[in-house]
Amino acid sequence: MTALLQVKGLSAWYGQSRALFDLDLSIEQGGVTALLGANGAGKTTSLRAICNMIRRTGTTTMDGTDISRRTTEDIVRLGVAHVPEGRGTFVALTVEENLRLAFHIRRDRKAAERDMEKVFAYFPRLNERIHQQAGTLSGGEQQMLAVARALMLAPRLMLLDEPSFGLAPLIVQEIFRILRRINEDEKVSMLIVEQNAALALELADHVYLLETGKVVMSGPSDMVKNDETLRKAYLGY
Amino acid sequence: MEFFIQQIVAGLTNGAIYACVALGLVMIYVSTDHINFAQGEMAMFATFLAWAMIDAGVPYWVAFGLTIMVAFFGGLFIQRVILKPLENAPVLALVVCFIALLSIFNAIAGMIWSFTIKQFPSPFPSRDLFGNGLVSAQQLGVVAVTLVMLGLLTVFFRYTTLGLAMRAAAQNASSARLMGVRVSWMLALGWGLASGIGAIAGMLVAPIVFLDPNMMAGILVYGFAGALVGGIANPLGAVAGGFIVGVLENIVGSYVIGNELKLSFALVMVIGVLLLKPAGLFGRVIVRRV
Repeated sequence: MTALLQVKGLSAWYGQSRALFDLDLSIEQGGVTALLGANGAGKTTSLRAICNMIRRTGTTTMDGTDISRRTTEDIVRLGVAHVPEGRGTFVALTVEENLRLAFHIRRDRKAAERDMEKVFAYFPRLNERIHQQAGTLSGGEQQMLAVARALMLAPRLMLLDEPSFGLAPLIVQEIFRILRRINEDEKVSMLIVEQNAALALELADHVYLLETGKVVMSGPSDMVKNDETLRKAYLGY
Repeated sequence: MEFFIQQIVAGLTNGAIYACVALGLVMIYVSTDHINFAQGEMAMFATFLAWAMIDAGVPYWVAFGLTIMVAFFGGLFIQRVILKPLENAPVLALVVCFIALLSIFNAIAGMIWSFTIKQFPSPFPSRDLFGNGLVSAQQLGVVAVTLVMLGLLTVFFRYTTLGLAMRAAAQNASSARLMGVRVSWMLALGWGLASGIGAIAGMLVAPIVFLDPNMMAGILVYGFAGALVGGIANPLGAVAGGFIVGVLENIVGSYVIGNELKLSFALVMVIGVLLLKPAGLFGRVIVRRV
């Protein structure tokens, strides 16, 4: 497999304080990579830095194209869909409008219409609530909407920031099942950030462990799953 | 009775103009959280451009269309060149910037066209429409132009993806960026639209109040009142607010307090609404589950 997204020497700052220290990441084409670590390890920051949402240095290349200095909008247009922390719902727009927003940057209208149907096949619940104001959706539905919005961009890479956050275990399982299907059927590569390490390890095939803004370990997820000392030391189970 | 109906109609005519001004204010407010104090002077400047064109022999409606276009690109330009560098500036700096724009436009207009009042032509005849002295073609025309513009804007915001992108950018800028929307251009577009709408208001009001660099001062206060009464974050509310202010100020002016205190009445309405219903009469509180 070849790397779809290559990150080299990524550092990031919030004001004066440095949050990331020379991160190197390599996201495989078609795979699911997980970024794991405790609170404040720099997981969310890494996703934000890749999308140029914060001040950062280092290089990121997407499929050979240097995207280090592109704007967030351009990076999205190049096929990186970011499902942000907090879900980023457009609360006063309807569910349909939330999804149709993708038509603004899609040139292939017909394909976009097909994607809309596909999204509703993955998330029938959104179809039931299509004309509802998105702010009135439950947390789980809003998370589904966030993934669905990202899917509408026809991305090659999805960055998922804690899709399990604040949701009931049953809903989390449903969402992760769908994510697995999206990865397999749509060939969308994924970089997922999770607090719930056990869950992420199920989905991911490759893992990076972060601690205070540095990569402390990386490898196949099976390796982490089977290494009890590693799990106990960094993932707390 | 006849007098009463005349006052209502006159109120609706004024209200249409206030509605345009209010809509221009709301357009910028919802996307940037700023009140553009220069909205009135920008409209006045655009109206002078229209006057200059008509004076040079350009047919009225051609000048009307050209002025809206020039105003649109002027607004776009102001946002890109003057306001974009101030993106992260404190609110007070922006307020000063808006007031500077206000006095700059006022001074330049005075410099080029002088401060003496000018007659601005109306495309609509002032003759009585139904032969009963109630509605003139001029009044109907003003309301019609406003309603057509509102219709076009509604279609734009509700049924085009660009309009949707603008709404999304106004609501949640960072999330809109993650959907690939170029947010800063959406803001510029909002300024362009606001400026174009302002130009329409200016050209509609100029035949009534006469054209001079200070003509929008009072109108802006009424427009502001309309926007606040209807709900500063709600375009349709602002339009309704504009009409409400127009009708009420006329009725109250003719029957209760006299014409001299009309402007004060607009301000009383603002204070009243802000005290009793801060989101405005039609201000919607967004339902949200967390």
